[in-house]
Amino acid sequence: MNLDDLDDLADKYRQEAADAEVEVRVCMAASCQSSGAQPVYDALTAAGEATADAPGRKCRIKGVGCMGLCSAGPLVAVAGPEDGLNESVIYRDVTPDDAGEILTSAVDPKASPVARLHCPSDLPFFARQQRVVLEHSGIIDPNSFRGYVVVGGYSAMVRALTEMTPTDVIAEITTSGLRGRGGGGYPTGLKWSTVAKTPAEQKYVICNADEGDPGAFMDRAILESDPHRVLEGMAIAAYAIGANKGFVYVRAEYPLAVERLKTAIRKAKRSGFLGNHICDTEFNFDIEIRLGAGAFVCGEETALMASIEGGRGQPRPRPPYPAESGLWGHPTLINNVETFANIAPIIREGGDWFAAMGTERSKGTKVFALAGTIVNTGLIEVPMGTTLRDIIEVIGGGIPGGKAFKAVQTGGPSGGCVPEAHLDVAVDYDSLKTLGTMMGSGGMIVMDETASMVDVARYFMEFCMSESCGKCVPCRTGTWQMHSLLDRIARSRASRSDLTLLEELCEVVQATSLCGLGQTAPNPVLSTLRYFRDEYEQKLTTPSGH
Amino acid sequence: MNTPATASMSHPAAGTGAEPASESAAESAQAPTSGSPPRKVTIATAWLDGCSGCHMSFLDMDERLIALADCIDMVYSPLVDSKTLPDQVDVGILEGSISNEEDLHKAREFRQRCTLLVSLGDCAVNGNVPAMRNPFKLDAVIERAYRDNVEVNPQIPTEGVPRLLPVVQPIHGVVKVDIFVPGCPPRADAIHYVLSELIAGRTPDPSQVTRFGA
Amino acid sequence: MPLPAPQANVRVVTLKIDGLDLSAREDETLIEVCRENKIPIPSLCWMEGLSIVGACRLCMVEVSGSNRLVAACSTRVAEGMEVQTNTEQLQRYRRTLVELLFAERNHVCSVCVSNGHCELQWLAQTCGVDHVRMPYRNAGYEVDSSHEMFRVDHNRCVLCTRCVRVCDEIEGAHTWDVMGRGSDCKVITDLARPWGDSSTCTSCGKCVQVCPTGALVKQGTSVGEMVKDQQFLPILARRRHLR
Repeated sequence: MNLDDLDDLADKYRQEAADAEVEVRVCMAASCQSSGAQPVYDALTAAGEATADAPGRKCRIKGVGCMGLCSAGPLVAVAGPEDGLNESVIYRDVTPDDAGEILTSAVDPKASPVARLHCPSDLPFFARQQRVVLEHSGIIDPNSFRGYVVVGGYSAMVRALTEMTPTDVIAEITTSGLRGRGGGGYPTGLKWSTVAKTPAEQKYVICNADEGDPGAFMDRAILESDPHRVLEGMAIAAYAIGANKGFVYVRAEYPLAVERLKTAIRKAKRSGFLGNHICDTEFNFDIEIRLGAGAFVCGEETALMASIEGGRGQPRPRPPYPAESGLWGHPTLINNVETFANIAPIIREGGDWFAAMGTERSKGTKVFALAGTIVNTGLIEVPMGTTLRDIIEVIGGGIPGGKAFKAVQTGGPSGGCVPEAHLDVAVDYDSLKTLGTMMGSGGMIVMDETASMVDVARYFMEFCMSESCGKCVPCRTGTWQMHSLLDRIARSRASRSDLTLLEELCEVVQATSLCGLGQTAPNPVLSTLRYFRDEYEQKLTTPSGH
Repeated sequence: MNTPATASMSHPAAGTGAEPASESAAESAQAPTSGSPPRKVTIATAWLDGCSGCHMSFLDMDERLIALADCIDMVYSPLVDSKTLPDQVDVGILEGSISNEEDLHKAREFRQRCTLLVSLGDCAVNGNVPAMRNPFKLDAVIERAYRDNVEVNPQIPTEGVPRLLPVVQPIHGVVKVDIFVPGCPPRADAIHYVLSELIAGRTPDPSQVTRFGA
Repeated sequence: MPLPAPQANVRVVTLKIDGLDLSAREDETLIEVCRENKIPIPSLCWMEGLSIVGACRLCMVEVSGSNRLVAACSTRVAEGMEVQTNTEQLQRYRRTLVELLFAERNHVCSVCVSNGHCELQWLAQTCGVDHVRMPYRNAGYEVDSSHEMFRVDHNRCVLCTRCVRVCDEIEGAHTWDVMGRGSDCKVITDLARPWGDSSTCTSCGKCVQVCPTGALVKQGTSVGEMVKDQQFLPILARRRHLR
């Protein structure tokens, strides 16, 4: 199969689905489901069947992935079959009772939207985003293989397999400047070429979907909304490095994502887009799902591999890096979900196209999960280099209830807090590092003036303490001690020497821990100390007799 | 043997320095050797929750005690008659851990009045045997000690005894300590080394001569 | 990390450790070279003959040109490497790590059967830990005396996993493993069954021999167990008398 064949296939699928003139898309991702999307979908389906023969446009009710504005869920979009999110009529806070009204308005081309539920799609939240990873999210049915092909899915893979050598693929990725979206920001092209150049009979590709940062749900949304895209990225990677086997390591707490991935893998295999002789080429690639039991440390690549191998999920010293000796000792490429989701558009549009987005050293776009005290909670995608102020005040809609902004926590338990004074910084890997935090996987927790920064530090330390695997001494015992010190400070029971000890422990744990979990566990403390030291000082007691 | 410290002694506010043994404290202990007639270093010792083994080890310095007596003046100790802690003492030595309110009171009193505070022995340094009750709840410990294992007329003593603290702590858990001399007990040689260094105005490094458990 | 397989053709490299010019086979780790040359680097989890886990972090050293400290046990030598093993910073970190270990469980040296031949106790002394600045966790741990020959006292365990590795890699029994995570970690026998009930333990005692502390000991070595059996006396005396 070549690109023309794929185009024909896409046309065929498109025509088969051409009976509908308008689509009513119901967000069926986890957040909208948790606010009641399923009954809305059922009600719309029932209403659609009841009015199937009524005059007006032919209408299809479609379950789709995440549209982003989770706080306004359940979300429903009415759009033409080829329309994107910005061309849609978006309804927010939809209940099953609204189904009839929405449908009536949808089938009548002259009717105006249901004003009561209407959420203008030209809101900054939608208009200011640039969707690359999420280009099909909220538009296609994640359970439909055909739906993915219709929007151009798998064309990047077919192109890579039929028109490019593995070296070409890696060159394109290198040109794009894509850096790992899991947090570290390691250049993806460099990683791929390292694995590609390591001689071995057997190599593996792993997709790290063990998203565990509190407040982060980017990877979940991608898997729930556009799973084929991740599979396509993995297949292209496998082709580039010479692997024939891939694993998606996804946490069991994401049952919906797992379900949709399973469906996607099954359907891709059945259609010959995974498995042996993919698209009638010599390339074989199979993907298996491995469920993580919810240990945060298993997001660390060596712990993740130990877990896939069936061992205890704990890290080992590096080097050797997975690129040299990974899964069962074979060279292994590990990338994050979002990284793989970026691959198809890069191959499709070219590395230069991708590199034109973003900043000098951080290219492309980044998906962020907005959480905390912010008006628009949800998922957004913006070019690298967008300022934090734009993200929080414009796209995020600012702080609710007329309260003042205090800080935004990025990078999860490995990151730190950015105060008001630095909100105008352009977000990329390096600028956030300078501020004492990190990009991380893309979680952003916004806090208003009522938040206690000592409590924030204590919360994240408690997280690290309970998620430490217990293998190395500084992380296992240091996080416990730091948490107990933070607890004493938070309860106003600590003296100045306790604060000194806390700072010293931060240094030791950071410098001596075995893996990233311990090395970065002190970051929330260090960053809150850097910007909000007075809050710590205020809580210190005057030491008696000390 | 109860000579009050002379007015020339400097008394920095106790517990303000972050260093294990502040220079000024070591210097002030040295002061007596530079004057004429030489002023003896005043020493106070107390026995908190411990077995008195460290004090026994102190006595084990044997004949060296006689030489020491030329340089030091024991102003308060279970080993001497005087029963009031002077207002100002050069070196305070505490044996035992902080297990009850009396221990706490005494540790604070020592910290206030002593220029230099020494934790002598494992109980003082890390809680040691008295702290082995810490993993248990205090009530359970008392029940076990005074009821479960007593056959005749079991009762929990309440009068004339200080209340036990819920958690046994080392001395530095409640007041700042300058010198730590681990050991159970620290050997007489170790105690002699520490005292000799202090008398000479130097800061001793006890880990050269003793260790936990000893 | 599995033990490196001996290679047929290994090059020899020269490197500088604490200012000393040394040579080493390129498949050696820094800690091996240091041990060979009597350069003291503290360690708890590393043991010659066992696989490398890099868990205790006591052997961290400075390598010129690297912005992070590295563990000497899991770092291979390289040509021209310059290593510092005992800087003021490293000493401070090691002291803190030893303190953290003491504060984690209930190490009471004075009443421990290993008093005087315990690696943790020795480390405390050599690293200059004369007291522990952080509060003890004061968590209670059980003692498993169910095995007829050995005993495990979790109060004294530092989770170096030497027992786990020697049992798996040398004895081949894999009786020991680790359960739980973070501070709840514990070495266990079989599936956290009493040691005495273990169907896999061969009673070889290797775990006891490699244990750096008093966590794994032979039965009968504590003071309280020093029971004297004097019943032989009347029996023998009577027999002799009858003869």
